[in-house]
Amino acid sequence: MSALAEEFDPASIVTHDPVVRVEGICKHYGSVEALRSIDLQFERGKLTTLLGPSGCGKTTLLKIIAGLVPATSGRIMVNGRAVTGPGPERAFVFQDFALMPWATVLRNVAFGLELKGTPAAERNRVARHHIEQVGLQGFEDKYPHELSGGMRQRVGIARAFAVNADVLLLDEPFSAVDEQNRRKFQEDLLRLVEIENKTFIFVTHSIEEAVYVSDRIVLLSPRPGRVSQVIEPKIDRAADPDDIRRDAGYLDVVEEIWQGLRHYAE
Amino acid sequence: MTLFGFRIPMMASLIVWALVWEIVGHMDVIFLIPPMSAILSAGIDLVQTASWQNATVVTIRSFVIGMALAIGIGVPLGVLMGRSRIADNIFGLWVNMFVSAPLSALVPVLMILFGMGETTIVVTVFLFAVWIIVLDARAGVMQVPPSLIEMARSYGAPPSTILRKIVLLAALPEILAGIRIGLIRGVKGVVIGQILVAIIGYGELFELYSRSFDMERFWALTIVLFAAAMLLSGIVERAEKRIEYYAGAR
Amino acid sequence: MSVMSQEKAVTGARAGPREGLRLFAQNRKSFWVVLSLVGLFTAWEIAGRVPISFAFPTFLETLAAFFEMLGDGTMFRAFFLTLQPLVLGVGISALVGIALGIAMGLSDRVEWLLAPVFIVLQAAPMAALVPLVTFVYGIGLTAKTLAVVMLALPVIVLNSYKAVRHVNPSLVDMCRSFQGTRMQQIFKIIIPDASPVLFAGLRLGVAAGFIGVMLAELLITPTGIGDLITYHRSVANYAHMYAAVAAIIAVSTLTLAGLQYVEVNVLRPEKRRK
Repeated sequence: MSALAEEFDPASIVTHDPVVRVEGICKHYGSVEALRSIDLQFERGKLTTLLGPSGCGKTTLLKIIAGLVPATSGRIMVNGRAVTGPGPERAFVFQDFALMPWATVLRNVAFGLELKGTPAAERNRVARHHIEQVGLQGFEDKYPHELSGGMRQRVGIARAFAVNADVLLLDEPFSAVDEQNRRKFQEDLLRLVEIENKTFIFVTHSIEEAVYVSDRIVLLSPRPGRVSQVIEPKIDRAADPDDIRRDAGYLDVVEEIWQGLRHYAE
Repeated sequence: MTLFGFRIPMMASLIVWALVWEIVGHMDVIFLIPPMSAILSAGIDLVQTASWQNATVVTIRSFVIGMALAIGIGVPLGVLMGRSRIADNIFGLWVNMFVSAPLSALVPVLMILFGMGETTIVVTVFLFAVWIIVLDARAGVMQVPPSLIEMARSYGAPPSTILRKIVLLAALPEILAGIRIGLIRGVKGVVIGQILVAIIGYGELFELYSRSFDMERFWALTIVLFAAAMLLSGIVERAEKRIEYYAGAR
Repeated sequence: MSVMSQEKAVTGARAGPREGLRLFAQNRKSFWVVLSLVGLFTAWEIAGRVPISFAFPTFLETLAAFFEMLGDGTMFRAFFLTLQPLVLGVGISALVGIALGIAMGLSDRVEWLLAPVFIVLQAAPMAALVPLVTFVYGIGLTAKTLAVVMLALPVIVLNSYKAVRHVNPSLVDMCRSFQGTRMQQIFKIIIPDASPVLFAGLRLGVAAGFIGVMLAELLITPTGIGDLITYHRSVANYAHMYAAVAAIIAVSTLTLAGLQYVEVNVLRPEKRRK
């Protein structure tokens, strides 16, 4: 198994099918500079992780791509069109799940379609399919408070898949999930990346998680947030998950990223 | 709200409402609403009269005594209920009941028990204020993190020290919040008590002005009362802000 | 939760009498309710027999007076009169108050214009204004209803406003991320998420309404329970007077407890299982 990490100069990355282009994004909150001229491209079928210490603006960047937060300058292009707000080609998975406590799992998963005005029968059929996909069949009529943290985030992921968006934006989706479930989630996520030909943009602060799930890792440095390094961990996904986590190449990439980030730690 | 890029402070809208009042007052729609300017000038006259000054002294005295009793009894009772499950079970029912009971119905009972004088007002203030103080002190004590108490015990602190140095201080934000709401309720209590008794303090003045249709003075007295209530809650809110730094760190 | 209480029960079996007492205090809720009721009524009975005041009837006399008034229908008639303005006033306050509160929560301009007024009205002793009502509306049902509205409206408005302002921002973002319109955001996210707090505000409004209606009946127009209190006081029939006071307090307490039960069990499914 060869797990070589190759470094790139961010400006020189050429991708074949960039679904999402981030062009010169800057973000200021009052006098605080949160992001400074970010240029990135994301291609179809790949999972890119935005990784960095807290305060590097990774969630802000993700929300700008989602159209939830306006950028101060620069633009986001999705499928060749400039982003002005949230759009049907992007779906967001929230750190705190953002499930409606008064709605069943089924209604939560179907909510994106409900807002679009899809008829109830149709949207429930689609929702049931995706509930099954994330392994929650039998829980359709339960309420979020009856589920564990891990199951709740499965609902959040099913909801994002149910609207059939091209781009999935995941904001630290597993940070509120316990360690055992987190590993299972990471494996499930890899499977989803493989079968669904979508663009995944993933935010995390866990180095191990980033190296394990990513095709590409964008390291952001804090205050102001800038792209400091882009790493492509070449990991053989076909291998057994437990072997990957013990592989020397995997561990080398983790170590390399840690060395890059350690001077930001207190 | 921002207008033309300027932030206009929220309370500024009260000035707008005062102007609306002034205009309505000049239109002579109803005798109940004299112009705001007339009310203000009546207010300036009012505060110079001996009857207002005497009424104020009486009102403040009943309020202060009633509140002192409410705090002096309410906080210890709340702390006791927070620390002892048995005390909580015995008093919990009554405290929860009286905190939202229509205490105005109880004032006539107080009048026959304590007479038509200041004592009744003091008891009314006490009864209006004490329950929320008890409940908040109890909630504050129950929210003290167990790890903090275990920490003190692990360093060998005796129960009395834990109570004084950990529990009371950790519960202080909630205790103060309870006292603030208690003060607001106490003001309502002093007014309701005096209006129902009708022969002392502001109650007597309200009765007098409304009988003689002296609306300028009636509203002037109301504004004085409202302003005092706001001022009081503002002061305690400031005190609360000063200790917020450690309430936020929990 | 059940595992935890089991563990506690196991340690309790081994612990000393002190621990046992603590566990008893924790688990036998109804026993303590009965004990505290019996305790207070006994104290009342003894105080009445001493007597601490000529105007202090014993608990049993009061109870007898209560059943007498219940039996001859006085109590029902009085409550019928008292509850009319209360229901009307709280209903009006709920409609107007929730609408205003939501508007204040959604719009900065409405907030700027109205929030200070209601903050002042809630902190201020509105009771002072109740006598004014008679000048305009006399002493009928309208005046009593208005007294209820004056006390209930500010607290309902401010709670509705806070409810909307404290809606989970993540849910609003979620709705936006699925391109929900502003109307969908308000009706599918903001109002459902705010509804437990809206309802809690309503409950506080009912509590304030009880104070208002009693004030109106004692101050403006002697009808209903207020009349029972005033009349029996004037003829020195103290047991009947106490029974009327206790009855209105009991009815208000039961109403509020019922509303709280609805709030916890119907509106907050996430807290239903304890």
